[in-house]
Amino acid sequence: MEKYEIVIGLEIHAELCTESKLFCNCAYIFGALANDCTCPICLGMPGTLPVINRRAVEFSVRAGLAMGCEITPSSKFDRKNYFYPDLPKNYQISQYDIPLCQNGQVSFEFEGELRTVALRRIHLEEDAGKSIHAEVTGDPTRSFMDFNRAGVPLLEIVSEPELHSPEEAIAYCRAVKEILEYIEVSDCNMEEGSLRCEPNLSLRPKGSKELGTRTEIKNKNSFQELIDAMEYEVKRQARILDAGEEVVQETLLFDASTGKTVAMRGKEEADDYRYFPEPDLVHVQISDEWIEESQPTLPELPAARRKRFISDYDISPDNAEFLTNTRPLAEFFDEAARLSGEPTTCANWIMGDLTRLLNTAEIEIQDAKVTPAHLNELIQLIGDATISGKIAKSVLDDAFETGKMPKQIVSEKGLAQITDTSEIETIVLQVVEENPGPAQDYRDGTKKAIGFLVGQVMRATRGKANPQLVNEILTRVLSTD
Amino acid sequence: MAAHAASELWQLSAAEASRLLADREISSVELTDACLERIAAVDDRISAYITVTADLARQQATDADRRIAAGDASPLTGVPMQIKDLLCTNGIATTCASRMLAEYIPVYDATAVARLREHGAVLLGKGNMDEFGMGSSTENSAFFPTRNPWDTGRVPGGSSGGSAAAVSAGAAPFALGTDTGGSIRQPASFCGVTGLKPTYGRVSRYGLVAYASSLDQVGPIARDAADCALILQSIAGHDSRDATSLPDAVPDYSAALTGDISGLRLGVPSEYFAEGMDAGVRAAVTAAIDQLAALGAEIREVSLPTTQYALACYYIIAPSECSANLARYDGVKYGYSHQGDGDMWEAMERTRQHGFGPEVKRRIMLGAFALSSGYYDAYYHKAQQVRTLIRQDFAHVFEEVDALAAPVSPVVAFPIGERTDDPVRMYLVDVYTLPVNMAGLPAMSVPCGFSNGLPVGLQLIGPHLSEDRLLNIAHTYQQATEWHRERPGI
Repeated sequence: MEKYEIVIGLEIHAELCTESKLFCNCAYIFGALANDCTCPICLGMPGTLPVINRRAVEFSVRAGLAMGCEITPSSKFDRKNYFYPDLPKNYQISQYDIPLCQNGQVSFEFEGELRTVALRRIHLEEDAGKSIHAEVTGDPTRSFMDFNRAGVPLLEIVSEPELHSPEEAIAYCRAVKEILEYIEVSDCNMEEGSLRCEPNLSLRPKGSKELGTRTEIKNKNSFQELIDAMEYEVKRQARILDAGEEVVQETLLFDASTGKTVAMRGKEEADDYRYFPEPDLVHVQISDEWIEESQPTLPELPAARRKRFISDYDISPDNAEFLTNTRPLAEFFDEAARLSGEPTTCANWIMGDLTRLLNTAEIEIQDAKVTPAHLNELIQLIGDATISGKIAKSVLDDAFETGKMPKQIVSEKGLAQITDTSEIETIVLQVVEENPGPAQDYRDGTKKAIGFLVGQVMRATRGKANPQLVNEILTRVLSTD
Repeated sequence: MAAHAASELWQLSAAEASRLLADREISSVELTDACLERIAAVDDRISAYITVTADLARQQATDADRRIAAGDASPLTGVPMQIKDLLCTNGIATTCASRMLAEYIPVYDATAVARLREHGAVLLGKGNMDEFGMGSSTENSAFFPTRNPWDTGRVPGGSSGGSAAAVSAGAAPFALGTDTGGSIRQPASFCGVTGLKPTYGRVSRYGLVAYASSLDQVGPIARDAADCALILQSIAGHDSRDATSLPDAVPDYSAALTGDISGLRLGVPSEYFAEGMDAGVRAAVTAAIDQLAALGAEIREVSLPTTQYALACYYIIAPSECSANLARYDGVKYGYSHQGDGDMWEAMERTRQHGFGPEVKRRIMLGAFALSSGYYDAYYHKAQQVRTLIRQDFAHVFEEVDALAAPVSPVVAFPIGERTDDPVRMYLVDVYTLPVNMAGLPAMSVPCGFSNGLPVGLQLIGPHLSEDRLLNIAHTYQQATEWHRERPGI
């Protein structure tokens, strides 16, 4: 294996989260009843015509700008002709030689280094429907077609073959996914099929400049499957080359149950798509004004935001990675840090208790009742010793449940710390009196015994006594007696 | 209300019927009944209809009368019509004269049909045609050929043969046809009626079953230019469901019929009067041009050198687009579906083998070949470049003249079966109509005489969006001549 270099290029298809499909008014709802999200146009009924969805073009331009591409001033659609029952017109409206975006790049951290991968092109095309075969129905004599997905807008992002390991390919995919999510053009959900990553993988002798014969791998539902597929394919191709044979250029399907790639069953392997310009659509013109107007609407992209968090907020790269995992999370942290002026404390609360609460409730931060304002108030209450860190945790739990502000919760539940020294002293004296044994142990030299007594005081005050003060007063009381 | 004999009623033009309806001299129900009786009387001899929608027609006629009485009518309210079976009609069989769609019922109306419905026109039925619009004689219908009312041993032309024959025989006051390479003009010419192909994009193609997307257009076939103006007015205009439909405002076509063409510069393209043309056609067309001169037009000889390339150009571009447009017919979603023992691919192949007629298959194969890898540049790409030259040719000529006059076809209606063995000989019938579609320009066919008892059509061609000018030229000619009033004896 050491004698080969792995060369991977990725084609990523992302379903755009527009309200309607690319060429008709249908809404696409994942999980809807089969063929419920269709109309004469996306079913390719005789006489119907496509009309371009402007929002899909806007999203594509945003994606192109976010990935540093040149936006083609005048691009066109083409018909890609092949027969398959999940393709209603038996041609797909796609873009062939003049795509919407060209020549971009995507940067990401990989093994401690910044890698930049060139993008060849990004184009817009319509999705096909879904075939439902025997594995699902149990009936090997027939397959069913669900056209709900037919006509959904797909962005196809094609990289240059500049990735050199399955892990690196995954890192690239994650980076693209992150960008698309950040600019809110796609849900990027691999399990639901709104993000599909298809590697084109080949091997060549180390040092060679020529590309080997590549295979394309389709249909993986998770990043783990994608890695498994690529790793298997690398081994498979190495075995073939080692034996002195040639790799066949073909499209393969990854079978998760066996862990192997297999040649696709029955799918039209047309080499010749007989591309020609789509006569039912006019050219898509993107003016300079359109591009100028789109630029400012792009949010700060994840990589830039991470850098800023590290430099401005002085948090570690690992923590920055966590906090920029999704755009809502990053914005929550950013706002909380800004309000409180204590980014590290915010980070700890978010990465710790808040994440725990979100995971248990199985919701995302943008759907939580807790806001940066809540967190800010909580931190202030700790800062001015109104509550202890321990009490603060339960206040956060409450705020998460109810959405009430921390101050309100503290007041309603009477959680404010007891800081009145005479009040604490009264309870300390009582505890010492009730626990002569441990008190004596302490005086005799077992300093640890104070812990038990502190605990008793905290119990008596239902945790509200300021632990530091309790310690001080107990120590004094025990020492003077 | 004066009583009108049924035979008078089915002979009314759309404009005449409109006036009588508006004046409450006749009712739409009477008129519709008369047309249905006429259909019953002649259609067994001409087979212009695939489907007759008698009950629907009577219902629509009743509704129309109500609207007229309520003062809520537009010019075409209550006027009966035929729609070529290539246009989708909601809830009514739309077969495209093909076995593939013999039982297909669309769930929506084509835009042009919907607009006529809104105006209250009455649907008599769907017109016979060449399968999927591919043909020049209506002999390619999967069901039966239509026969020319002037001589039932002869073709009515194609592909809108059923529509032209119906209007000619009085089996409909007007019809909606379609024209991709001459399919309105040529049958109108063969049947002695008036037809208009609008500028590409003037009328929405939504609901027009696609043959060649960059060439197809919907247009009226009627008794005269005044009728065509009324019909075009109702169907023209931008449609958001057709991305190729033009945003330009629709002028008042009827107001454009001034009857005055003095000073009109009329070009006569020499290439359209080639050797081998039927002598009677040449004579009738020449006489018509002389008539136009007498009416005030200034005649100039012009040249369109790319004319000789239009046929080859068309028979690459149209089949190419059609090979993709007809790919959808695979028996999976709608239409004919072959059931048998084989696997899915075999089922698809058998569906297409049995569902399509020979001419359709011929054009699909031609198109798939022309687009295939290794041939795309030499054929499709080259044809598109030639198309640009044809367009430029017309553009140059229209700097010198306002319109062109020429024959519609070098021949008149030929006997059924005469050209069916030789596809190319059939294709040659359209040499003068094809170039107009390649350039996307408007054109009309106007009855201008007879050759051996068979109708001859004069073709008028205009620059982009000049339908009003063409209609006026035709109208002016028709005010001074009687050819368009001639009826077959059937």
